[in-house]
Amino acid sequence: MSPIDALRVAFRAIAANGLRSILTTLGMVIGVGSVIVLIAVGQGAQKGVQDQIRGLGTDLIFIKPAAASGAQNAGARGAPGSAQTLTKSDSDAIASSGIPGIKSVAPQISVDGAQAIASSNNQGVTIIGTTPEYPDVRSSPVASGVFLTSDDVDKKALTMVLGSEIANTLFPDGQDPVGETVRISFAGGRINLNFKVNGVMAPRGGSGGGVADNYIFVPVNTLQSRISFVRNASGEINVNQINVQTTAEADQKTVSDAITDLLTNRHAVSSPDFTIQTQDDLLGAAGEVSRTLSILLGSIAGISLVVGGIGVMNIMLVSVTERTREIGIRRAVGARGKDIILQFVTEALALCAGGGILGIAIGIGISVGIDGRDIADQTMTTVIQPWSVAVAFAVAAGIGALSGSYPAYRASKLDPITALRNE
Amino acid sequence: MIKFEAVSKVYQLGSQQIRALDKVDLEISRGEFIAIMGASGSGKSTMMNIIGMLDTPSTGRYLFEGHDVGRLSDDARAGLRSREFGFVFQQFNLLPRMSAIEQVELPLVYQSVRSRRKLAKEALARVGLGDRMDHKPTQLSGGQQQRVALARALVVNPRVVLADEPTGALDTRTGEEVMQILGDLVRTHGITVILVTHEAEVAAYADRLVRMRDGHIVEDVTKVEAKTA
Repeated sequence: MSPIDALRVAFRAIAANGLRSILTTLGMVIGVGSVIVLIAVGQGAQKGVQDQIRGLGTDLIFIKPAAASGAQNAGARGAPGSAQTLTKSDSDAIASSGIPGIKSVAPQISVDGAQAIASSNNQGVTIIGTTPEYPDVRSSPVASGVFLTSDDVDKKALTMVLGSEIANTLFPDGQDPVGETVRISFAGGRINLNFKVNGVMAPRGGSGGGVADNYIFVPVNTLQSRISFVRNASGEINVNQINVQTTAEADQKTVSDAITDLLTNRHAVSSPDFTIQTQDDLLGAAGEVSRTLSILLGSIAGISLVVGGIGVMNIMLVSVTERTREIGIRRAVGARGKDIILQFVTEALALCAGGGILGIAIGIGISVGIDGRDIADQTMTTVIQPWSVAVAFAVAAGIGALSGSYPAYRASKLDPITALRNE
Repeated sequence: MIKFEAVSKVYQLGSQQIRALDKVDLEISRGEFIAIMGASGSGKSTMMNIIGMLDTPSTGRYLFEGHDVGRLSDDARAGLRSREFGFVFQQFNLLPRMSAIEQVELPLVYQSVRSRRKLAKEALARVGLGDRMDHKPTQLSGGQQQRVALARALVVNPRVVLADEPTGALDTRTGEEVMQILGDLVRTHGITVILVTHEAEVAAYADRLVRMRDGHIVEDVTKVEAKTA
């Protein structure tokens, strides 16, 4: 029997049992569709995280103290002397080191749990102490006014720059905050300082931008001199992150190795007492996580594909039993065992391939449909992967061939005489 | 052409052994019109199944044109069966939902013959159903269905037509029509027709009569007057 004849026979059999064929196929439709949708969601999540990391700036290297968590929360916990190994002089040393590939350096220290007050409005905020290089390094420009100047830093001036969101919260009436005064209350009100607003940052918006839009930026030296618990015993200015921007051409690994050597020497330690991560590292790590997520989602969907395949096999077995007589007649008029196998495998394959094509259409439809929509307070991002479509279809077809083979084999082994006697 | 050498067929029915054929010797030459008669259980259907290569002997040899059928592979037997044999059954054994022409084309599908439609039309015309080609089995009378089955058996140009109670489900008149066609096959096309029946009137159409009982051939007569007629 030629494959074309086999296809013709298969389609007739499928059409003859219309409703049953549709229900059987439904399993494959759902399986293939969910593989495509879930992988698109997983890949969308990956893209979201990567966008977020890229949104931090470009060509960045981040240096943090080894006991990062301790240092991060030092202010809030009021625990000076916890592992704070990075200082502003480290940052300055990196800036003036002449390591090729370094474009600019911005240290930062954040203090949580402060309260910002302007007239009747107040809001809990995170205060970032930093230097004038920050807007360049973090690709975060000022929308109005100016950023902190080196003069502000040197003079430990009481000046600040507001994130776009906090500016709106504190000055809700569209009033220009530049030139106004905002009071910052630290440590539950024990330290109160009035800062003059020098500028407002442009909104970062987008994914993860909301947090940075609520920051208030002040000169790093000001924090150090005015707020006791940030102070370092040796008079150094502690920072809990140094942001290094490299030139676009620079190899981040080489630069990061050079910085590691420099800081290890400065700190006179045998192994680094800080962690250094390039943006590429972060992207890689995030990619790893979301790849795992994609695989997990894909596997779950894959299970439904297998369940669908079992459904097809089940129906094919029933079909073989029901059509015992037909098989007998076909054998009596000259069908060989392999003709019978071809017939039933083709039928199963056609069912699964049909379901696969429908599943692809529905999967792509849903993926495109939910892209950019808000579901459960989350903006869905989906990225349809051509390989997921190809793999889902190939697996569906493979399952079809597989789940058709056993029933087909059984059919081919039927004794023609017994099959003919079957009423 | 067909030669049985001490062919036995034993079926296992539960703990009981049924000896459907017991050391049967038989020779059938080309162009014979032979009727195998016997009560049900006499072994006549088993004999036909073995001749038609739907079944194989338990012991003994079955030679078809000198080939030991028992030694052929399943596929080789199926190939031989589809080229050399046409089957006609009591229950017609047509496939539901297929038109007459498609039924007749079916054996050709399995032989991957190209001009299927043309050959099928010719075969249907030969049994007088040239005007019923697109009818489904449910739209045909019993006699017409049996003639479709006959056309299906003939379309491959077989050397042997095996007819198992071909008139069993038909009334006398349509039964006679079918028998007439079978008789013509022998006389005009030189096809060997092997007929299995328990009706003497039907067996009377044949030139040679083999009577069976309990797995043995008890009578084998050739009607000389029929040949001259």
